[in-house]
Amino acid sequence: MSENPTRPLPVLTEADTAEFWRACGEHRLTYGTGPDGEVVFFPRRTEGAQVRESAGRGVVYTFTVVRRHGHPYFRSRTPYVVAYVDLDEGFRMLAEVDADPGAVHVGMRVEVGWEDHDETAVPVFRPARTLAT
Amino acid sequence: MAGRAAAIVGIHEHPSRRVDGLSKWQIKAESAAAALADAGLTLADVDAVYDAGETGPMAGIAVPEYLGISPRLVDTTAVGGSSYEFHAAHAARDIAAGRARVALLTYGSTAKSESRAIGTGARPPADPAPGINMEVPYGLPLIGNYALVAQRHMREYGTTPEQLAEVAVTTRAHAVRNPEAVAGLAALGIRNTGEITVDDVLGSRLVADPLHLLDCCLVSDGGGAVVIAAADVARDCRAAPVWITGSGEAVGYPGNGRDITTSAAALSGPPAFAEAGVRPEDVDIAMIYDSFTITVLTLLEDLGFAKKGEGGPFVEGGRLRFDRPGAPALNTDGGGLSSNHPGMRGIFLLIEAARQLRGESTAQVEGARTAVAHGNGGLLGTRHAAATVVLERG
Repeated sequence: MSENPTRPLPVLTEADTAEFWRACGEHRLTYGTGPDGEVVFFPRRTEGAQVRESAGRGVVYTFTVVRRHGHPYFRSRTPYVVAYVDLDEGFRMLAEVDADPGAVHVGMRVEVGWEDHDETAVPVFRPARTLAT
Repeated sequence: MAGRAAAIVGIHEHPSRRVDGLSKWQIKAESAAAALADAGLTLADVDAVYDAGETGPMAGIAVPEYLGISPRLVDTTAVGGSSYEFHAAHAARDIAAGRARVALLTYGSTAKSESRAIGTGARPPADPAPGINMEVPYGLPLIGNYALVAQRHMREYGTTPEQLAEVAVTTRAHAVRNPEAVAGLAALGIRNTGEITVDDVLGSRLVADPLHLLDCCLVSDGGGAVVIAAADVARDCRAAPVWITGSGEAVGYPGNGRDITTSAAALSGPPAFAEAGVRPEDVDIAMIYDSFTITVLTLLEDLGFAKKGEGGPFVEGGRLRFDRPGAPALNTDGGGLSSNHPGMRGIFLLIEAARQLRGESTAQVEGARTAVAHGNGGLLGTRHAAATVVLERG
């Protein structure tokens, strides 16, 4: 147990999600729209989806404070916040919110930040610094 | 129209929550033999096998081989804890279609003996599905997944931690009447095997806010078996038939703008009630998958026992205890919260529903005629399966 445990990362060879995670490596949060402009819940299959770039701002739809976890990395991080974030462009994603667990609430404005890793970066949301326009 | 084509005729719940040395296979086989004996049938009578695959790959071959039976119908629907409600629905359908006469459902698990950390564990999969690959880095454990639903439910409807706790208090009160559940609690190392209070639940440690330890089900060993037979077979069986009169199935998964407080039960419930020709208010026994207190609250609403958002008041004040008229009795065996949860609890919902309709429960509701068994498999806050089965006394 000499090494510090590290965050489990997505598989970068997974066919439907590799492009998303490569874009994260460039600090771009991408989402998809369907042929009629509807926003896709990624990575659900959608014919003719177009990849767009998000401004990375949204609100906490719901969240939990994780206090127990069996994985060494996540155990070392407890307590931490995992939330569904509704992005302003209309898509929802699961993500960590890096904030005081006691300060997070449903409806809280958040913005994306990046935790860099080899070949990708993990989007980690934080309380929005500025009020939304 | 309520059908009378297929009935549960044999049941067995493995009595131990710590099996100490038995394998999953042996739990399944012992339970199969006991459930068939309960019905007055033998393995030679079984012509259809339904299996959720908890013993490993190719269970559709391996389980018949192990039991030494030659089914003409095999169904390996595997949708987590709800698998057994799917199996019961399929067996009733297959029997009604004349494709089977005696269906066998079995389950065996050594989750406790293996020290499987079901609720808080998580090794990321080596070959994740696309949807899972989007969630791997965030460390959302199973309990946290359900907590996402609870948090939103509380925010949207004003549901309180006290109301969630009421579910755990009621199921513990039922468990205390069930000697196997009480022995199981002791065997699992739980010090207080008596009744608990709302304060006990709120005083237990938070595992994933807003869910406390006592909002969570147990992790036990266990298993069981259910025998479902055609009407002509059922008439000659030892036990009174418990008819499967309606069923519905659905799956749910995340989406943009999806209401996380409504599960796939809202889709599986209506066709089940319609087929049986019963309404939620006709139901005496509600066997509702209780992986967590929030699961029960959500499912009770989705199935129409309470309006959406009113599940909290619905469960308050012990309304769902077996000895309170005016509302269905909830999980009268003690449920996953206080009797057993070896990982997939669906089979026990069928077993206890059948006990009630036969008059054999340790928390018997006098004159119980109609039961609902609703299984929720997978993860309530993200992707899950739902099956609703309506059961009626002959």
